[in-house]
Amino acid sequence: MKPTASQMFRIGIFRSLLHRFTFLTLVVVAFGLMLLGKADTLLVDRVRSSVGDTLAPLLDVLSRPAANIAAWVESARSLVATRTENVRLREENKRLLQWQAVARRLEVENQALRHLLKVVPEPSGAFVSARVVAVTEGPFVRTALLNAGHEDGVRKGQAVLTGDGLVGRVDRVGDRSASILLLTDINSRIPVSIVPSRNRALLVSNKGRLQLVYVMGDGPIAPGDRVVTAEDASAFPPDLPVGVVGRMEDSLIEVQPFVQPASLEYVRLVDYGLKGILPDPPERGDLR
Amino acid sequence: MKATLWQRFNQIVCNLVPLFLILGLAVVSVLPMRLPYYADVAPMLTVIGVGYWSIVRPDLMRPSFAFGCGVFEDLLTGTSLGFNALVLLCIHAMVASQRRFFLGKSFLVWWWAFALVALVAVLLKWFLFAVIVDAIIPLDRVLFSYVITVLIYPLWGRLFASLEVALVREG
Repeated sequence: MKPTASQMFRIGIFRSLLHRFTFLTLVVVAFGLMLLGKADTLLVDRVRSSVGDTLAPLLDVLSRPAANIAAWVESARSLVATRTENVRLREENKRLLQWQAVARRLEVENQALRHLLKVVPEPSGAFVSARVVAVTEGPFVRTALLNAGHEDGVRKGQAVLTGDGLVGRVDRVGDRSASILLLTDINSRIPVSIVPSRNRALLVSNKGRLQLVYVMGDGPIAPGDRVVTAEDASAFPPDLPVGVVGRMEDSLIEVQPFVQPASLEYVRLVDYGLKGILPDPPERGDLR
Repeated sequence: MKATLWQRFNQIVCNLVPLFLILGLAVVSVLPMRLPYYADVAPMLTVIGVGYWSIVRPDLMRPSFAFGCGVFEDLLTGTSLGFNALVLLCIHAMVASQRRFFLGKSFLVWWWAFALVALVAVLLKWFLFAVIVDAIIPLDRVLFSYVITVLIYPLWGRLFASLEVALVREG
């Protein structure tokens, strides 16, 4: 039996109402999820870690062609700039040889003084190397996903480094994946020290640029000064290289990081056994 | 005529293609490109996907699908849960409500309309982020991403159009 015109009209109205009701319900659910994300971060982190664990093998495979293309682009670029690069490297080599002689002399002197003063050696950190399989680099969030997790010895709060310097810290740990909060993320806060003045400050990301805030100490700061991690709050071990002081204007002090997140491929997660200012309760562990 | 089991399975798969395509776009958007300045111009691929399929096949891109894609993107990228879900849902609502206007119009009109919808989406993201994280991001940084998203829309549109033709043929 065919539906009459009035029945069709009623069905149309019903569908329209259902559609609107679905939309409104989903909007309410979205706001509910936002509140849940603020209220129960542990639960949300667990779900995120599970998604990361599930997708990490797939992302690992998919990210390899992108890495190869990036390597080809880099090779082509370096081929074009070979001549200029060669001249620069020769000059740098001369300068570094001089520094090498100075470093060797200082090393011998340092060892002798340490022996004389019976200095207790600093503990060396254990490390895990991992591959970056996903990077979220937008204006709203800057994180990266690694293909190593709790099973590989990764723990929340560990410092993440490359050969050039600090990249960020481990933010979330799953069984087989871990998420790192990059230095350039708006939520990143790193206690740092400026060398040689040894002033303390907090390194934050503002408008996509790294800058120093809450600078403590009276020593002079100049462009080109090194910025290294400070041991404040036991969040990071001291003296991990972060960057150099760049542009300075009034109270604004910008920092040029040694590591550009866009170029990340392999990173090292270093565990110095530091618990940080807010350690996890013993029964909670690393979101497990 | 009764559809065979295979035909029914085929129909279900065809109906889920846009959903899995947008989930795939969310995965692609987090692949490390390792290109300098990519972070400043990274396009919003899921916005393109939901924007396109909500016009062309709203029957295959339901509000719940747009919402689900948003939640998946939030979980994957680390943004606040519900953030992208709300944005994609609003895009779907905006586009689907004006579907009659788009039907029969040229691709240029679609492109122009997408530019407007994407602008609303990006401003909504900016506003939501300011409210959730209590931090104001400079609009120029967000607008770079918007411009790239609008510029690459025709490329993805062409790809989606071929896929849609294949879906119609299969369906």
